[in-house]
Amino acid sequence: MGEFKVHRVRFFDYMPTAIRAMAFNSRTERLAVARTDGALEIFNFADNYFQEKVIPGQDGRAVEALCWVGRRLFSGGLNGEITEYDLENLRPRYTVEAYGGPIWTISGKGTLLAVGCEDGTVKMFEILEQRIQFQRNLDRQKGRIISLSWHPSGSLIAAGMMDMIRIFDAETGRATHRLLVERGVGAPKSKGVVVWSVVFLSDHTIISSDSAGKVQIWDGLTGTLVRTHLVTKWDVLALSVSQDESSLIAGTSEGTVVQFQFISSTVDRQEKDWVRTRTFKNHSHDVRALVHTDTAVVSGGMDTQLVVRPLLDKVEKNTHESAMRKVAFPHRSLVCCAKKAGLLLFQFPDHLELWRLGDSDGHGKPDDILPVKRKPEKLIQLKRKGEDHICCSALSPCGGWLAYSTVTSLRLYRLQNNNISITKVSKLPKDRRSAHQLCFSTDSSKLFASSSNGSVVVVALSQPECRYLHTLKPKSGSRQTVHLLAASEDGKWLATANTDCEIHVYSLGKLTLHCTVPVYSSCPTAMAINPTTSNLVVVHADQQIFEYSLVQKEYTAWSRRLQKQGLHYLWLERDTPITHVAFNPKNPAHIILHDMFMFCIIDQSLPLPEAKNVLYNQMTLRSLPEPERIRHSHAFKICKNFQHLMCVSLLEDHSLVVVERPLLDIMSQLPAPVRQKKFAT
Amino acid sequence: MAALYEGYTLCGLAPAQNLSNSGIHGVEAERDSDHVVVTDSTRSVTIYKVSDQKPLNSWTVKQGQTLTSPAVYNSQSKEYVAVSDSKVIRIWKEADILLEKAFKATVSSDVWRVHCVAGGEPVVLFHRGAVRLLDSLLSAPQQPIEEVLAQEEAIRWSTNIVTESHTFVIFTTEQKGDHFLYLQRLNPNTLQRYRLEREEPGLSPLSFSASYRDKHIRLLYLYPNGHVYQSVVSVRGLVADEGAQALPLPRSLLLGLPVGEGLLEAASAQALDEAHVAVVGVPHPSAGSGNDFLCIWNTNFQTLQAGKEMAGKIYGQLWSFCNKLVIPHGKTLSVIPYECPKSSLASALGKLRQVKTDEFDAPTSVPSWNNILHEEKAHPSRTVDTRKTRTNRKSQSAPSLTNYQVLELIKTAPVEEVQREVEVLLSRTDIQDLHPSVGQLASALVSRSLADPAFYTPGSLVSLVHTRCLCHSVCPDLVLLALERKDYFLCQLCLQFFPDIPEAVTCACLKAFISMSDVDAEKLSLDPDSVSFTETLIDAECGPVGLLNGFTSTSADGDRSDGLGEGDTRAQQDEEKTSSPPEQICPVGLHKAVLLNEVLQTAYSDSFLLPHLKDLSSQNVVLFLQYLQFLYIKYTHGAVPQMHGLRSPSLTQIMDWVCLLLDAHFTVLVMTPEAKGLLLNLHSFVKSQVRLVSELGKLEGSLQELKKMKVKKDVGQYSIEIIELF
Repeated sequence: MGEFKVHRVRFFDYMPTAIRAMAFNSRTERLAVARTDGALEIFNFADNYFQEKVIPGQDGRAVEALCWVGRRLFSGGLNGEITEYDLENLRPRYTVEAYGGPIWTISGKGTLLAVGCEDGTVKMFEILEQRIQFQRNLDRQKGRIISLSWHPSGSLIAAGMMDMIRIFDAETGRATHRLLVERGVGAPKSKGVVVWSVVFLSDHTIISSDSAGKVQIWDGLTGTLVRTHLVTKWDVLALSVSQDESSLIAGTSEGTVVQFQFISSTVDRQEKDWVRTRTFKNHSHDVRALVHTDTAVVSGGMDTQLVVRPLLDKVEKNTHESAMRKVAFPHRSLVCCAKKAGLLLFQFPDHLELWRLGDSDGHGKPDDILPVKRKPEKLIQLKRKGEDHICCSALSPCGGWLAYSTVTSLRLYRLQNNNISITKVSKLPKDRRSAHQLCFSTDSSKLFASSSNGSVVVVALSQPECRYLHTLKPKSGSRQTVHLLAASEDGKWLATANTDCEIHVYSLGKLTLHCTVPVYSSCPTAMAINPTTSNLVVVHADQQIFEYSLVQKEYTAWSRRLQKQGLHYLWLERDTPITHVAFNPKNPAHIILHDMFMFCIIDQSLPLPEAKNVLYNQMTLRSLPEPERIRHSHAFKICKNFQHLMCVSLLEDHSLVVVERPLLDIMSQLPAPVRQKKFAT
Repeated sequence: MAALYEGYTLCGLAPAQNLSNSGIHGVEAERDSDHVVVTDSTRSVTIYKVSDQKPLNSWTVKQGQTLTSPAVYNSQSKEYVAVSDSKVIRIWKEADILLEKAFKATVSSDVWRVHCVAGGEPVVLFHRGAVRLLDSLLSAPQQPIEEVLAQEEAIRWSTNIVTESHTFVIFTTEQKGDHFLYLQRLNPNTLQRYRLEREEPGLSPLSFSASYRDKHIRLLYLYPNGHVYQSVVSVRGLVADEGAQALPLPRSLLLGLPVGEGLLEAASAQALDEAHVAVVGVPHPSAGSGNDFLCIWNTNFQTLQAGKEMAGKIYGQLWSFCNKLVIPHGKTLSVIPYECPKSSLASALGKLRQVKTDEFDAPTSVPSWNNILHEEKAHPSRTVDTRKTRTNRKSQSAPSLTNYQVLELIKTAPVEEVQREVEVLLSRTDIQDLHPSVGQLASALVSRSLADPAFYTPGSLVSLVHTRCLCHSVCPDLVLLALERKDYFLCQLCLQFFPDIPEAVTCACLKAFISMSDVDAEKLSLDPDSVSFTETLIDAECGPVGLLNGFTSTSADGDRSDGLGEGDTRAQQDEEKTSSPPEQICPVGLHKAVLLNEVLQTAYSDSFLLPHLKDLSSQNVVLFLQYLQFLYIKYTHGAVPQMHGLRSPSLTQIMDWVCLLLDAHFTVLVMTPEAKGLLLNLHSFVKSQVRLVSELGKLEGSLQELKKMKVKKDVGQYSIEIIELF
């Protein structure tokens, strides 16, 4: 395969933000995750936990609670607004002021949306077709409403407050019960106890968690305390119950998740009881949000990672299903590499950084570290305008153009790298204000921007003025936005992919739809067009790889062979998606792929690995003498030297750029977790 | 063992400005071994008395003339012969004061060199290869001189050698990178031309040295890459075939000297005798890269025998006369006495050992006024002992006996006198000087003792062994003699000091020791150090049984009960634990144990020892095994006193001996009823050792892994690396 010079970049200070709230839609198997910067992410649990949609955040929008009503997603935040999201065009659809001060919690039932506010009111909104409408207030209470939970019947609603839990009659709006929550042992009197979360079960059991570290079980009919579980010395921040109400999980500030199960405590007794069964420790910091799916515990919190921990009694053991998953990085690229210019563009929510790679004139043997002759330098730090966070960005291959977009505006800049200057191209076509994905053509003459309803806008770039050329629209009915764009090297083709798994290829010469790749059940995570053969290589969330000939409009022989033989089981068991596909201009048979933990060069000329072969065979090959290697080598050349990859790209001078963001660096920037007494400390 | 002694300066040098040559043109022997003729490269010839470091006479040619051939001394006519300005042969006697007034003869061709060795006639070698006897040349000085060498062929080195019947002139030439050896015999004249094998391209021999022995001329030559070759030419088979092709000269690599980095520049090798070569200008193998060493190498064993650092630049010149090396270095011409006794393997190997054990410098052999006048001050340590030194000084004032005389004395004189004279000899001179003669003395003593049953000098032999200059191969009968005379103290010393005792002799000692009765043994006087060690070993209480480096020796007991698997043995065991178990009582007496310990510590090789071990009787074997078992238990229970510097058998040695004995006598032991318990015990020892080793193996494995673990390198913010995909 050969030697590669690798620029190992670790100066991308990407810092994900903490997870604040989560909501799971069990019908569509989508998990909505809200982060503290207001960003919203949708994960498709049916499709390998792929992060299919991201709605960027906004300054001042602090999402405190999320809730699905049917296929619609609502959020409430400390800015006092209720927002519904447009999940097709990835932007807030509308915002409604609740007029109750900061919103702490939101909970939907049927056509009603209950919102708990700072001023002590529970506000009911009616969910209409296009909007929500305020209906009424429940009885106003003294303290803020921290948590809400509907009784499954919809007639009662429990509200967690300071020092107490109230039960309201949803019909009349009257508070029927008051459950007093005692403060923690030894806590000062002035310091109240916060009921962080309540769960109202169908048998009128109410379960609460509070800042004194207790999980309490109440009888909702009589309003009496049934049982108290002291879980931690710190706060119990989140509760979630399984759909069959047999299992409950509680997340604590220590980073643990405690499971309770509704079982009979002794074998021969019939009466069931909530028994503490398991403790998971997958987080270093507060667990702020929890979801109990049918098979797994999904948790997220201050340490920014989303953890899916399958419950081993619910899944088949020792399968791919039973493995724990951690989502640490977004499933899309935040790095753009200008191959010709040797520049890197890093995308942060509120700014962009443009770096020039360093240089070395040394030559070395494999595993050498070459002396760095010229250090990498940060050329430009570009702060975004407005309060919306950046949702996508792109750098042209020549390094002369830079574009980024927020939900509301698209901005294009002309760069002069010799004397480092940046000028905004102001004369953009008027109505092309926003984009979800951006891509430059290889010759930097065109900019492609994925626009609303699955269309792609083509803009011709020239120095004084940029001209709108055309809008490419798919014929199909899908209204999902395009999340992947791939232009061919020769400027003939543009491939687009959306989250409905549709891949369209447009002919740029005729500006018409050239073909549509057969729809595969899993969402494409990365794709690219081979510059030599004009074959489109698509990688899906379920790790399948397809190669589609744009000329013949059919899958290539190699792709068919791959599908016939099947991918290696270890390849399929990887738990992070491929986020980038690139090609080696020197050898068209080489496809360069990467996920978070490895990069891989697929040599299409070599035999595919069979199940009995060792997939990760680089070490073996290294130890073998030269002639022996051919016998043992297969198409998948996987390199695990670099970890926590944000980007792997091949520059024009045939050297690789590897952008790493070690998780340890992220961890070290997090605030200190609650202090815990560890053994012998 | 060859030795280089303290050198002394013969004269100062006036080396050329750039230090390229020493300024010495030649050093030739004069009338006896103590006189040399030194010709310097300018104009003068000086006679030195070497031992006095004093010039006796000196002659100089006129300004403008140069001496082109070093002066030689014709011992037959007591004349000196030299050549000035290549063509003028000068002959003078010691009485001549001025060289100008001495005899001169101008010849028709350029003279390369005049050679003359003791007992031979002077021979003249011309530049173009012709050879004449001086007499015949002088009879007609202008006679035509033929050209022997080809164009572009030039003489590099020459010498002459006088055999029983003939005079030879040997010279080497170089022609376009090829080297030739000419062997010219005079009366009748024959000339043989040999071609030297080529070394690596571009390398020419740095120095030659020729010697005659056993009807063969041996040519020794050194290449810059450190290779010393020897070519042997028979003087008998010479046939006069003029003009024939040059014969290839077979060669053999005598030595590959370590040259450090680069090639040698100025170096010289000189054959001293059949086994020793003196080399100058070659780095000492254990002293870094400096080239300024004079070394004596043994070519038989390829070992370095002696080395000496020479201050200042080495010019690659070296002469040797009668046990003296003459070497110009820096700004002096030094004389270094040396000695090359016949070497044995043991003494060849023994050098390194000696270097380690005794650190003091080689003493001076040149009488120094300082030493003689202020001996007590200079060597206060030597005069500590009272009586010995008094006799010593007495004998010094009286005409003392030489080595040779003592050797003669040993053959005839009565015991007391021999003993006294040997003592005197040993105390008088330093051991280092005695080194070669110790072997002779010991052999003489032993052979007299063997021949004459009444004659035995244990004291002398002990002191000879104590010099540590003896080894078994020098005096092979010594140990057996000591055994015969039941001198076990001497045996012990021999076992201690001799590195090369054959297994048969070791076994004989073992047999004698083990079959000796304890009562006899206790009467012996043995080496006090080892006695005290064994004493503490035997008396030591068993240490607390417990963890020893994580290894529980009690498990051995458990294993043993497993092996028997009967209840009563367990009871018996408990009994043993409460009372003193029989294994912890030494089965042999103190002195016997001392001697056995000595046997345990000798070097041996299994395959040679095994057949001799079979000669032991089964009782002896059982007794020895019991003793070994006793030692093993003491060792594993930590009862061994930690005395550093004391010789003590190691646990491995004990185990090895146990295994050897079991190998040799297994069937016999199995059949012997009283050995049963012993065998079971030993079996458990083996088991525990095996377990220990396997634990250690695991430990080693994990430590290896630790080593393999890559130190995680800090890559920092940015680095450019090379990776290879396969």
